[in-house]
Amino acid sequence: MSSIYESYRDALQAEEPVVLATVIEGKNVGSKLLVFGNENIEGSLGSSELDRVVSRDALGMLEAGTSEVRHYGVDGEARQDDLSVFIETHSRSPQMIIFGAVDFTRALAAQSKLLGFRVTVCDAREVFVTRRRFPMADELVVDWPDRLLERIGGDLGQRDAVCVLTHDAKFDVPALLSSLATSVGYLGAMGSRLTHEKRVDRLRSEGVTEEQLSRIMSPLGLDIGGRTPEETAVSIVAEIIAIRTGRAAPRLSETTGHIH
Amino acid sequence: MNEILADIERWRSAGQRIAVARIVDIEGSGPRDPGAAMAVNNLGEVAGSVSGGCVEGAVVLEALELLEGQRDAGITSFGFSDDEAFSVGLTCGGTIHLFIEELNW
Repeated sequence: MSSIYESYRDALQAEEPVVLATVIEGKNVGSKLLVFGNENIEGSLGSSELDRVVSRDALGMLEAGTSEVRHYGVDGEARQDDLSVFIETHSRSPQMIIFGAVDFTRALAAQSKLLGFRVTVCDAREVFVTRRRFPMADELVVDWPDRLLERIGGDLGQRDAVCVLTHDAKFDVPALLSSLATSVGYLGAMGSRLTHEKRVDRLRSEGVTEEQLSRIMSPLGLDIGGRTPEETAVSIVAEIIAIRTGRAAPRLSETTGHIH
Repeated sequence: MNEILADIERWRSAGQRIAVARIVDIEGSGPRDPGAAMAVNNLGEVAGSVSGGCVEGAVVLEALELLEGQRDAGITSFGFSDDEAFSVGLTCGGTIHLFIEELNW
């Protein structure tokens, strides 16, 4: 039988979602509970009731992608402080779905890989979606955006991103419509302000509400004056980070307060 | 933890004892998030980091004390240090709490 460490190591190496809970203060310091994404557990923190409560919290934190110390009674009672348990979550990698196999896509895919995203490039035009053009992508899909999202849209959550780089209304509109039906945390669409105005008209006529329109970042990216695909990619991922952390993204040198 | 697994596996297969220090909590400003980990083996070799280089030296000493039986597994905290005090700490003004234990589970 493998040790808890070995099961933990195997899950991390296979990129399977897993949570490691460790008692760090109180009775049984160092005892471990490993909770898998499929709700299986290994090990124990010392009481089956405590294990049950911590597993439940662990799965919630796995969903949110947070790691922190929680406090419990010896049998998992809330609002007690007998035990401190460090709950360390390892969620699957966030996903970056890029629609449109254009020049900007190559730079955005590479930049997204640097930040730990699993990158999918999707375009309906087979000649553009080649391994030679996008060696860094985890997945290349030759299909229409709405058909891809019909398959995987349900898996997208707050940590994931969809970028629509086609700036051609006949691709963009179906891609944005089906993206709006997901819970994706960042939804960006490339194009000039004029392109976006036209796109917004078409989306409105498809019944998209103002609230839904406010989810679409367009033009996408922060205003750092980027021009090349590489510079534009930096401005896009910077906006994705700022939206995730809820920051306004001014210069740190011109603001005060905590930087982390 | 992921980025230090390769070193840990190498040390395990060489039969070395290993201490792991993980950030469990941060107050104020801190460079790494909870879960960031470093490992130290009984030869004093190090993998990973828990700050921007501010406290790693002190963590190695704690880890070696643990492996030599001079301290128990538990929480060690590092707070703010100013330049004049020459004490170990984070120059960025935050406090980090680490849990240090032997990898024997």
